[in-house]
Amino acid sequence: MPKFQLSRRSFLTAATLGASTVALSGCDAFDFLADRDNGVRNVLEGANDLTYHVQRLLAGRDSLAQEFTEADIRQPQRPNGITAPDDSVYKSLQAGDFADWRLEVTGLVDKPLSLSRQQLMNMPSRTQITRHDCVEGWSCIAKWTGVPMALVLDAATVKPSARYVVFHCLDTIERSISGEVKYYGSIDLIDARHPQTILAYGMNGKPLPVENGAPLRVRVERQLGYKMPKYLHRIELVDGLGAMGLGKGGYWEDRGYDWYGGI
Amino acid sequence: MESQARLVQQADDGSAPTSEGTLVYRQSGWTRLTHWIWAFSLFFLLLSGLQIFNAHPALYIGKQSGFAFSNDVLVIGAENSSTGPVGYTTILGNRFNTTGVLGVSGSTANPSARAFPAWATIPSGQDLATGRVVHFFFAWMLSATLLVWLGASLLNGHLRRDLTPRANDLRRLPKDIVDHARLKFHHSRDYNTLQKLAYGGVLFVLLPLMIITGLAMSPSMNAAVPFLADLLGGRQTARTIHFVAMALLVGFFIIHILMILAAGPINELRSIFTGWYRTDPPADENHEGSA
Repeated sequence: MPKFQLSRRSFLTAATLGASTVALSGCDAFDFLADRDNGVRNVLEGANDLTYHVQRLLAGRDSLAQEFTEADIRQPQRPNGITAPDDSVYKSLQAGDFADWRLEVTGLVDKPLSLSRQQLMNMPSRTQITRHDCVEGWSCIAKWTGVPMALVLDAATVKPSARYVVFHCLDTIERSISGEVKYYGSIDLIDARHPQTILAYGMNGKPLPVENGAPLRVRVERQLGYKMPKYLHRIELVDGLGAMGLGKGGYWEDRGYDWYGGI
Repeated sequence: MESQARLVQQADDGSAPTSEGTLVYRQSGWTRLTHWIWAFSLFFLLLSGLQIFNAHPALYIGKQSGFAFSNDVLVIGAENSSTGPVGYTTILGNRFNTTGVLGVSGSTANPSARAFPAWATIPSGQDLATGRVVHFFFAWMLSATLLVWLGASLLNGHLRRDLTPRANDLRRLPKDIVDHARLKFHHSRDYNTLQKLAYGGVLFVLLPLMIITGLAMSPSMNAAVPFLADLLGGRQTARTIHFVAMALLVGFFIIHILMILAAGPINELRSIFTGWYRTDPPADENHEGSA
């Protein structure tokens, strides 16, 4: 007979181990990490800078996101976030089929622009079938058509001091006592000039639907969905992100998401 | 030190060697240090990972998630019934009521609709942003530690001497399985066959698989190494494998702890804290028949 019995000491050790595991995973022991200003959290956030630099090193400036075939388009693009803006400005533009809508290009540029949807559609276009990866974990493949952002930036002639492209949107993402917050976001100029970064006005061979960001949305194919704002109306070239929102570079970034959404 | 060890030995008479054996130096500083960094990292990776999973508690096979078609293999959800909220888990089309743990958890007075319960996630509340911050920090930590361990173990011979299975190991595998099943443990400096397979499986299969499937979910890595997601069957399959490997690691952890408890926790813990391990006395073999 194998001799196996738990001695009192073994039992106590086991009980202590078990209890400490429960205590550790214990509900709220690590909830301090959710505090955006916590020092430990700020150290952990440093890993995102490392990810950004290593991925830029590995992927280079112009490596392309995977493109798929028509056969991979098996469903409508799943919308997320705001899917029907109820802002009066947006609704009146929508009522006129966005004929009065303009894309403004402002900030650190030599020639500020104001472009209609038709003007954008008259520029050279790019169509790509790509996989949209949401930060939540799901993926959806769709075909996107739009004007490469690099062409728009070149038309406006970006000043050398510019470092980021900021997106200003028409949809209100948050209403609180301190007022309304419209969606905003930003990317660096490397991603802004990436060959697959387009200002999309078409999806799956049709005009971009409202739920997916009509009349214009951003596609940044090497990053997650929250880095691709919908309902775009102004692009601003800036040399720093501190002045916008709470200073982290975007609506979700100001609420704890990493500014770099490549992972 | 020695007398302390003897005290421990006497008190712990359940399953450890019955008479005084020799203390041998079993675990190098590198092995002990990396072991504890992994233990610490995996704890945070698991609980932050479940937090991230909760943001979209479904797993799929393929390149994308089926919303207008069905390719899911696991869905955790909640719905209302006449008797109150019900949590369910659907695995490969088979639906189970998992109220209380998966889908719906918390107190009956204040039930919460979430896939994994608050006690299993960091932070306890729904907070994907913080889950990601914690997860990616410890992902780097785990990967770096794995590299340090690999370098050290190649140099100090741990890999060759202790982990590489030999012909002899295969020959005694059946006996080793029987011994483990009967909770009959031999305390020697060398790992037994099942230990070599378990540790090797974690270090050379599960942890690298975790890192590779994790990278395959990154859109930027998809641009750098597009074949990675394809090789794994698509991004959503990679995510599913990531989850299954997590479950296997949790399974390893549970068996690891049970084996430590059964083989003599004081001796086992001493070796992973100090490196010193008390082996069976040579005479022990003779008593085996009558034990």
